Amino acid sequence: MAAYILKRLISAIPVLFGITLIVFLIMAMIPGDPATAILGAYATPENVAKINRDLGLDAPLFQRYFIWLGNLFTGDLGRSYSLNRPVLHEIIERFHATLVLAGSSFVLCAVFGILAGVVSAARQYGWADKAITFTVLIGISIPSFFLGMVMILVFAVRLRWFPVSGMYAIYGGGDILDLLRHLIMPALALAAVATGVVARMSRSAMLEVLRQDYIRTARAKGVKERKVILGHALSSAMVNIIPVLGIQAGFVLSGAVYIEMVFQWPGIGRMLVDAILKRDILLVQGGVVFVAACYVLFNIVVDVVQSLLDPRIKS
Amino acid sequence: MIQFLNLLFRNRLAGLGAGMLVLILLIALITPVLPLPDPNITATADRFMSPFSEGHLLGTDHLGRDLLSRLLSGTRLSLAVGVAAALIATVIGSSIGIVAGFLGGRTDNIIMRLVDMLMAFPYILLALAIVAALGPGLNNALIAVAAVNVPFFARNIRGVTVGLANKEFVDAARLNGMSNGQIIFSEILPNVLPVIVIAMSTTIGWMILETAGLSFLGLGSQPPQADLGSMLGEARAALITFPHTSVVPGIMIFLIVMSINLLGDGVRDAIDPRLKSGALSRPLPATIVERKEVPPTPDKDLLSLQELRTEFHVGERVYKAVGGVSLKVNKGECLGIIGESGSGKSVTALSVMGLVASPPGKIVGGTVSFQGKDLVGASYNELRSLRGDRVAYIFQDPLSTLHPLYTVGDQLIEAMQAHRSVPQKDAQARAVELLEAVRIPNAAQRVKNYPHEMSGGMRQRVSIAMALANEPDVIIADEPTTALDVTVQAQILSLLNDLRRERDLAIVFITHDFGVVAQLCDRVAVMYAGQIVEEGPTAAILDDPQHPYTKRLMACVPELGGGKRELHAIAGLPPAVDQLPQGCAFAARCEFAQEVCRQGGIMLEPKGERAVRCLFPVNADQIEVTL
Ligand code: SF4
Repeated sequence: MAAYILKRLISAIPVLFGITLIVFLIMAMIPGDPATAILGAYATPENVAKINRDLGLDAPLFQRYFIWLGNLFTGDLGRSYSLNRPVLHEIIERFHATLVLAGSSFVLCAVFGILAGVVSAARQYGWADKAITFTVLIGISIPSFFLGMVMILVFAVRLRWFPVSGMYAIYGGGDILDLLRHLIMPALALAAVATGVVARMSRSAMLEVLRQDYIRTARAKGVKERKVILGHALSSAMVNIIPVLGIQAGFVLSGAVYIEMVFQWPGIGRMLVDAILKRDILLVQGGVVFVAACYVLFNIVVDVVQSLLDPRIKS
Repeated sequence: MIQFLNLLFRNRLAGLGAGMLVLILLIALITPVLPLPDPNITATADRFMSPFSEGHLLGTDHLGRDLLSRLLSGTRLSLAVGVAAALIATVIGSSIGIVAGFLGGRTDNIIMRLVDMLMAFPYILLALAIVAALGPGLNNALIAVAAVNVPFFARNIRGVTVGLANKEFVDAARLNGMSNGQIIFSEILPNVLPVIVIAMSTTIGWMILETAGLSFLGLGSQPPQADLGSMLGEARAALITFPHTSVVPGIMIFLIVMSINLLGDGVRDAIDPRLKSGALSRPLPATIVERKEVPPTPDKDLLSLQELRTEFHVGERVYKAVGGVSLKVNKGECLGIIGESGSGKSVTALSVMGLVASPPGKIVGGTVSFQGKDLVGASYNELRSLRGDRVAYIFQDPLSTLHPLYTVGDQLIEAMQAHRSVPQKDAQARAVELLEAVRIPNAAQRVKNYPHEMSGGMRQRVSIAMALANEPDVIIADEPTTALDVTVQAQILSLLNDLRRERDLAIVFITHDFGVVAQLCDRVAVMYAGQIVEEGPTAAILDDPQHPYTKRLMACVPELGGGKRELHAIAGLPPAVDQLPQGCAFAARCEFAQEVCRQGGIMLEPKGERAVRCLFPVNADQIEVTL
């Protein structure tokens, strides 16, 4: 087990390097002098001279990458000029909010997606299957940002069940209940598409597995149908569902950008959009690398879970 | 192509999607000639007019601009940008994929590494980075969305190309002196084009949505130009006070994406061949029963089948897999059922406990009675309580019939606990005992193994142990030795034989090998095209086969118990069970066939202990003559 985790961690190293290189090259596409681009409105001669010195921006491209990478290793992602604070501090603070949102959405999409897929497959062509298939179709077709707006109109404005936006109430909020009240709508809106995709994949994975010979064996043994579906069939189907969950985690993580805008959620997605509009390049660069790296690491977790489930992987 | 379109439109939802999409496209196309106000003319006096106001069917937005005309021009723009992004991503991605797949080697390696790295990014994040570098704007959003989709096309198309690059026709083209470029355009491209089109049709919805999303964030189209996304983004400020300005563009995006999704699903279903045969149906826990009349249940035999009929209904076709089979087996007895593949012997066996995959299978007539109880009419719960407890199965290929993710020990324990509550500890001990009983060495260690860690012979022993777990009265073994090599086969057969003696088991043994029958079975039934054509004590039938088919089957066995042989020595094929001939089903392959054989159904004529379904049975003398 430990050997497998180590192997996966080592294999992630080149990918992490690749990510930094790609982000660096994209950012190098910015036309004009990098120092002025990074500083934007703050490009006073002193600032330009300082940043050139700090980041080695007058060096050739190749060298600049390694200077940046070296800084990255020491946790120095530079300084955000629009916010006037270290990029890393801002990222960590914002990422925490995104993690709460995306994490709960991910749990929602995994639980409800798999549940819906299993019920759908077990009751194929029955009314439950049809209802689920229809809901899934709507779910994967509705843009999350529009869904979020509709939810605000219905549940916050009309029914007054939930607050319109934000993460905590401004006055007197701050506890976990307050957070939950603010979290429910954005988490559901963000989870909708992913839940639909997971439900679809789970349904077809279950149908595929239910036709296998070992399911017939389980039935021939007299195993109860509930156990055939939830034990024998689902455990095998999970082997195909887990990679889908890994991919959906990426969609949830990046789809959070829209939801954070709609619900004024103080997460990293909103930070990125603001940074792009303010041309705060270092903040964008740092944010993208950080989130992408987290996603790569998350995928290692997915692979490890997969190997725990499927004894054939390790051998 | 016609067939494909038929399949596509048989799917009503896909048709609906196509209809909706065509309608939206048509409206988008004719928008410029419609008598609508200019979408960009502002009129501050007319801000936020509600829908159905005079002159503004959908009302106006925060600057007093006509919403309907903005909606239509926004739709045009969103569609155009989405399609453009899809085209760019398709062309660039597919080219990269074809080049990588065709050239292979280093080039392929480097390109695919890069593609993998790009795919390691959460999708929208990469688009954001590109927009950040290029600056906000519709063109840049388009480039970003196209760029993040390139790796997807590159990977998919490369996969297909690699498969083609080694085909003969490519080698032939190379020998004819064609250059790589020529081969790609004349041989590879036409073959990957359908895949490219499908990949594009499944992603175009995404790309429309994504460009709209970037515009929504304010990173795409900039005012006054507006696509659906930026309309929605601008309207957000007035979401609570004037929701219609948000709802109108939102619903349009939803309709576009849904129609594309519906159509895409239809395309996928029409292409996926598994769906055509209805094979993606999940089998129910027990076979569907649709019996017209119920014959009386005989009560003295342990297990008996009376006029059993099982059919497969696939679309319009009806395959009569089992066409009226009567059999019986008693304690300590071994009954062989022999026939070619497709003769209905396995379906007969599976029908006993309602294990025929259903849909498409159905039991349409006859009875299966176990100790006097009719199983065909039994409820699922009654069936389940007998399955594996009184009547157990052993199947052919133990690699696919054992669960790959459970240890063999757990599978044995489950077999016991399905029928009685056995404490975990006792069950574990019993599992080891069972493995010892089927002569698996080192049983205490072996219980912890997964099926893939065992050899084929060992796995089959596990299946046998599992069948024995509840000390059943009957074991139905469906070609349990076919996948094994000769020595292992002999060991398994003698093991089964010993177990039968020791435990007074009744065994129904299904095989296509007379050698196996000779070794193990007291009586044998020969099946052909879903019916028994000859039945009787094994020795008598081996000595004196009376049905021409039995005789031919026996002639195929060079030595007894030989192992994996298919019955290919008989000329011709059995009739398809959805097109059975009128008279004798074997007539087309029979050397003794006469005109009368083809005229009407032939009865299974009993003669003492034996029975044969033939108008001109072969006897010993005739064998001499014909040889
Ligand atoms: S009935 Fe006629 S055709 Fe059929 S097996 Fe006998 S001899 Fe051959």
